[in-house]
Amino acid sequence: MTSPAQAPPIGAAGMARWAWRQLTSMRVALLLLLLLAVGAVPGSMLPQRGADPAAVTGYFRAHPASAPWLDRLGLFDVYAAPWFAAIYLLLFVSLVGCILPRTRRHWAAVRARPPAAPRRLDRLPASAVGASADPAVEVAEAAASLLRRGRYRVERRERPGVLEVAAERGHWRETGNLLFHLSLVVVLVAVAVGSLWGYRATVLLTPGRGFANSVIQYDSVDAGSLFDPSGLPPFTLRLDRFTMRFVQSGPQTGTPDAFVADVTVRDSPAARPRPARIEVNSPLRVDGTLVHVLNPGYAAHITVRDERGTVVFSDAVPFLPRDKNFTSSGVVKVPLPGSNAHGDIGIEGLLLPTAVLDERGPRSVSPDPLDPALFLTAYRGDLGLDGGDPQSVFRLDTSGMVQERVGGQPFRAALGLGESTRLPSGGSVTFDRLTTWVNLQVSRPVAQGWALGGVVAAVAGLILSMFVRRRRLWVRVLAEEPGRTVVQVGGLDRSPGGDLSTEVEAVLREIAGPAVREPAPARTAPAESAGSESTVSEAP
Amino acid sequence: MTQTYALWSNDLVYAAIAVLTLALLCLAAEASFGVRSAAGRRAEELVPVGVVADAPADQVSRPGTPDLDEAASTGSGRAERLGRIGISLTVLATLLLGLAVLTRGMAAERAPWGNMYEFAVTGSFLAGTGWLLLHRRYPALRVTALWLVGILLTTLGLAVVLLYVPAGPLLPALRSYWLVIHVLAAMISAAVFTVAMATSALQIVRDRAEQRGVADRGYVRTMPSAARLDALAYRVTAFGFPVWTFAIVAGAIWAGQSWGRAWGWDPKEVWSLVTWLAYAAYLHARTTAGWQGRKASLLALVAYATLLFNFFGVNVFFVGEHSYGGL
Ligand code: HEM
Repeated sequence: MTSPAQAPPIGAAGMARWAWRQLTSMRVALLLLLLLAVGAVPGSMLPQRGADPAAVTGYFRAHPASAPWLDRLGLFDVYAAPWFAAIYLLLFVSLVGCILPRTRRHWAAVRARPPAAPRRLDRLPASAVGASADPAVEVAEAAASLLRRGRYRVERRERPGVLEVAAERGHWRETGNLLFHLSLVVVLVAVAVGSLWGYRATVLLTPGRGFANSVIQYDSVDAGSLFDPSGLPPFTLRLDRFTMRFVQSGPQTGTPDAFVADVTVRDSPAARPRPARIEVNSPLRVDGTLVHVLNPGYAAHITVRDERGTVVFSDAVPFLPRDKNFTSSGVVKVPLPGSNAHGDIGIEGLLLPTAVLDERGPRSVSPDPLDPALFLTAYRGDLGLDGGDPQSVFRLDTSGMVQERVGGQPFRAALGLGESTRLPSGGSVTFDRLTTWVNLQVSRPVAQGWALGGVVAAVAGLILSMFVRRRRLWVRVLAEEPGRTVVQVGGLDRSPGGDLSTEVEAVLREIAGPAVREPAPARTAPAESAGSESTVSEAP
Repeated sequence: MTQTYALWSNDLVYAAIAVLTLALLCLAAEASFGVRSAAGRRAEELVPVGVVADAPADQVSRPGTPDLDEAASTGSGRAERLGRIGISLTVLATLLLGLAVLTRGMAAERAPWGNMYEFAVTGSFLAGTGWLLLHRRYPALRVTALWLVGILLTTLGLAVVLLYVPAGPLLPALRSYWLVIHVLAAMISAAVFTVAMATSALQIVRDRAEQRGVADRGYVRTMPSAARLDALAYRVTAFGFPVWTFAIVAGAIWAGQSWGRAWGWDPKEVWSLVTWLAYAAYLHARTTAGWQGRKASLLALVAYATLLFNFFGVNVFFVGEHSYGGL
């Protein structure tokens, strides 16, 4: 690892090499990791366009001075911002630049023989000396076979009067570590591919309605830049029934219990229709496309008549829930021909499955449809539908309209099921019945198998790299005189926090009997704190 | 019947709090006897003392440290007894918590980790269990006992006072076995990270003392060396990290199933990634020149802070798709 204090060398090639070495150094990897962590935070604090564009608009309204600045910094779309991409791309490059040379080195290390013993084994972090009555050859043989059984790779060396056994194990640690880092690359690539080629779309349906799987039939699409809309599987889906159930008793009364969409699917225009069911945790899978239940609500079937009593609108209108009890707001837009004296009809209303009207205004007190009511007011004028701008189906643009009035007060009406009201300007509104709607998400995951495989491999590699211990052990056997063989054992644990003393002692005991001579202390420590110093070791 | 179980569960949590309070008192008394209490010495005795079979393990009688002799005969004996009682009480409290979790599960008729109250209680049980198991394996962790019990008490206190919700069924989105796996993994790793956090915090204290040359005084003396604490914190974190990784993955799989997207940059998701990156940074720091020791420990504390924020802060401050934690 290069130290950043080192002065950059002169010359373009030297500079490039220097920059590359910096980028692939541990220190920079560490800083990039931290930078990515810090960079991800603002996206959780500020509203994000991708998740909730309306909240971003709201933020702009609430903070007109600061919002444009935050926007310039990309803080309303952090995870797509260039600076965020710069951090993870640098990390990615650093990662690859780091893995490749390490893989090469590791490959060589795996094939290399265990290294020769250092001259003085007693200088190693763990060492012990013992003696045996057995001949040196036998002791060395015993050591080698013991270590082989301990899954060490063993190499024997010989000098006159000295037999050495060098042993090494734990290459899986580095293998696991490389596997982990490599798998991260796979995951990142898979995620990138998925977001370039994949898409997610939503379709809002009321019972009886359906859609054909093509982009023009979706309400909203969020697609990657390489998404190919012509390749969608040609299925159609109709919502037959959508059921919401809520907890009926106990402390959690009123919390959602089940959302069930019963649908009819035709896998292709020629296929026979088949029934299917979509629930919150069990999506429908059609030909590689997934259909999920996203969010539900109540809809009011409303009929609007004009001044002459002609039905000009009759449909289920979805209302957007605002609270747990489904106090929901919505609008009806009825464009009328230009010949109409008062212009289009716009209705703004609150739909309440269990209505209560008190000093806090109209609201629902239960998510179950116990006493449905529709509170409404009406506007006449120009709905602005010809402007060509896309409009929310839940909001009325009243800039070209006037609110209907009765005796100087804004017109208001409260309708129970089946009830009607006359509009002051003529015409009428009827609340025919209560029904439901559901927002379905249609998506096609791309390269998700790769991402999942990468993640599984990453966890496996991580476990290997965390739990395999990399250790080297040497046994030196000296034939001192007939009937007396001196045995030295030394060990080095190369993983962080490792300590081989117990293993060294065990090896010695096995091949020669307990230690006879005390080696020089491996690390010196002040006696007072020795109780917690080097002599304390964990069990391996 | 479920109502009865729910009441039992509540009572068991209160009982555990009472027992933990006693444990805290014992452990605090043990620590305040100060000089060379059980913590440091036990660690030494329980563990093979290097290879040096006949090394002078009995440093107590070493000349030049008269205070230790004294301590051994008076304060230390009492401290050790108190310490042992403290640990026994911690075991008892953990058992009570285990029963509380069990009865809560029976009351709700599902895995008892569906809201923040249940995270806190089950998480405390797992942290207690995790600490006891890790302590068997790494006796030097003994010094963190006091702090761990303190953390458990705080968590349980908050759970009972602020987070309590009666037992009941889950939102439909939460009914998936991936939830059981995801949240269990998240709680296990959080429990393990808690033990690691206490170790890293003590590492910082001990390291400062060592650098100032005052490591042989007072409470700091009862701690293992800074290097040792550093190694311990690493081993414990290294156990928690793969579990946390798995928790995130399981969460992504569940999100994919439930919401049709594996990753949506929801605040909860963002913060679990932040925690993951911070711990990855810590693991890197431990092998990066200039970042080892106290600096790395500091990173570990920052990483733990992001974890806590994710468990508690995110539910309170942000609205996201995960915001059904019961608050
Ligand atoms: C997405 C970015 C990265 C993540 C999430 C990550 C994560 C991790 C984790 C969790 C470990 C601990 C595993 C262990 O201790 O065995 C680790 C170790 C390591 N990483 Fe990374 N890493 C990343 C990028 C890099 C880069 C760019 C480099 C090269 C400079 C690098 C070099 C290393 C090395 C050398 C180790 C082994 C440390 C040891 O011996 O304990 N990593 N990494």
